[in-house]
Amino acid sequence: MNVVIFGCGRTGATLALHLAPNHSVTIIEQNPEALRRLGYKHNCRVVLGSGIDEDILERAGIEKADVFFAVTRGDNTNLMSAQVAHLKYKVAKVCIRVADPNRAEAYRGLGYFCITPSSLMAGMMRDWVLEEPFAPIDVYNILPKELEVQ
Amino acid sequence: MYLILIGGGNVGLQLAKRLLAAGNEVLLLEKDPRQAQRLASMLGEEVVYLGDGCEIAVQKSVGFGRADVVVAVTGEDEDNLVVCQMAKLVWNVKRVLARVNDPSHEQIFRQIGIDDTVSATGIIFSLIEQRITPDEMIPVGALAKGNIEVVEALLSHRSPVIDHHVRDLKLPTGTNFVWLLRDDQGLVVTGDTELHEGDTVVALVPRDQASALRTLLLPFKA
Repeated sequence: MNVVIFGCGRTGATLALHLAPNHSVTIIEQNPEALRRLGYKHNCRVVLGSGIDEDILERAGIEKADVFFAVTRGDNTNLMSAQVAHLKYKVAKVCIRVADPNRAEAYRGLGYFCITPSSLMAGMMRDWVLEEPFAPIDVYNILPKELEVQ
Repeated sequence: MYLILIGGGNVGLQLAKRLLAAGNEVLLLEKDPRQAQRLASMLGEEVVYLGDGCEIAVQKSVGFGRADVVVAVTGEDEDNLVVCQMAKLVWNVKRVLARVNDPSHEQIFRQIGIDDTVSATGIIFSLIEQRITPDEMIPVGALAKGNIEVVEALLSHRSPVIDHHVRDLKLPTGTNFVWLLRDDQGLVVTGDTELHEGDTVVALVPRDQASALRTLLLPFKA
């Protein structure tokens, strides 16, 4: 697979290193310092810049990408870049990290696969302490009523 | 009308002032506490709300659901995009308007259904371009998804069409002179119109004919 990852934080770097042995991975990152997380022996391609800009995405090979991950710290940055990848470049699979659970839910309604780390973690911790088996991700995306807004 | 503005920078402030002066109900959202306080001292406490316009809880408490218009004017295109998209998606706001800071982002705004965008950078760029490059045909707008361009051309003394009647020109296929600006007066163009030095011609031209129109109206440039 051709994989493009926007954001080389802990999540992006770990994901890149998971996939790099068997797939062609390109990582987009604004801050050169962050690339240290990949170590010195990785075989990922690196493009410096922002994944909301089309020329950067193109340089990262978005036109031939099979999957795009938007995993920066910025929810809106992730949501915008993923929509560019999906709508303009027709990337078949896009995955978006969205820290705000309500925002994530709104975009799930549009069909995007959004991961909310806090929901996932809280749900897994609950299941761990109750000694329940871990559940599919949709289960973890269900918020306690108190956190729902509408 | 109830208008919600997101982003209390200079653009947001000036816009809020004018909309208030015109008698509208206005709410300005700003996420930086200090800036929100400054804005409140200028516009009044009831006009300014401290919070992140992208959060649904904030959107709920300021009443996105009853807003007639939501206008996103922050300096970050990704924030403007998400606010407008959520206003439509979650709250069914009928009219949303976004400031686009980087003109190359306009396409994605349109693609996700935010049709009303304002690109200050783009406007300033074309104004400057207009001033510094005489003998140029300047695109001022686009119709039919960009297939038809609205262009204007200032005719200098070097233009080959000076003192010609419009009827005698061989216009490219599908091209139409809409309007002519002469001595700050707008004139409707007919076949009888004679073109003068200093006239600005406004034309509709299919995109693929634009260079043919340029060749017709403007002097040859090496």
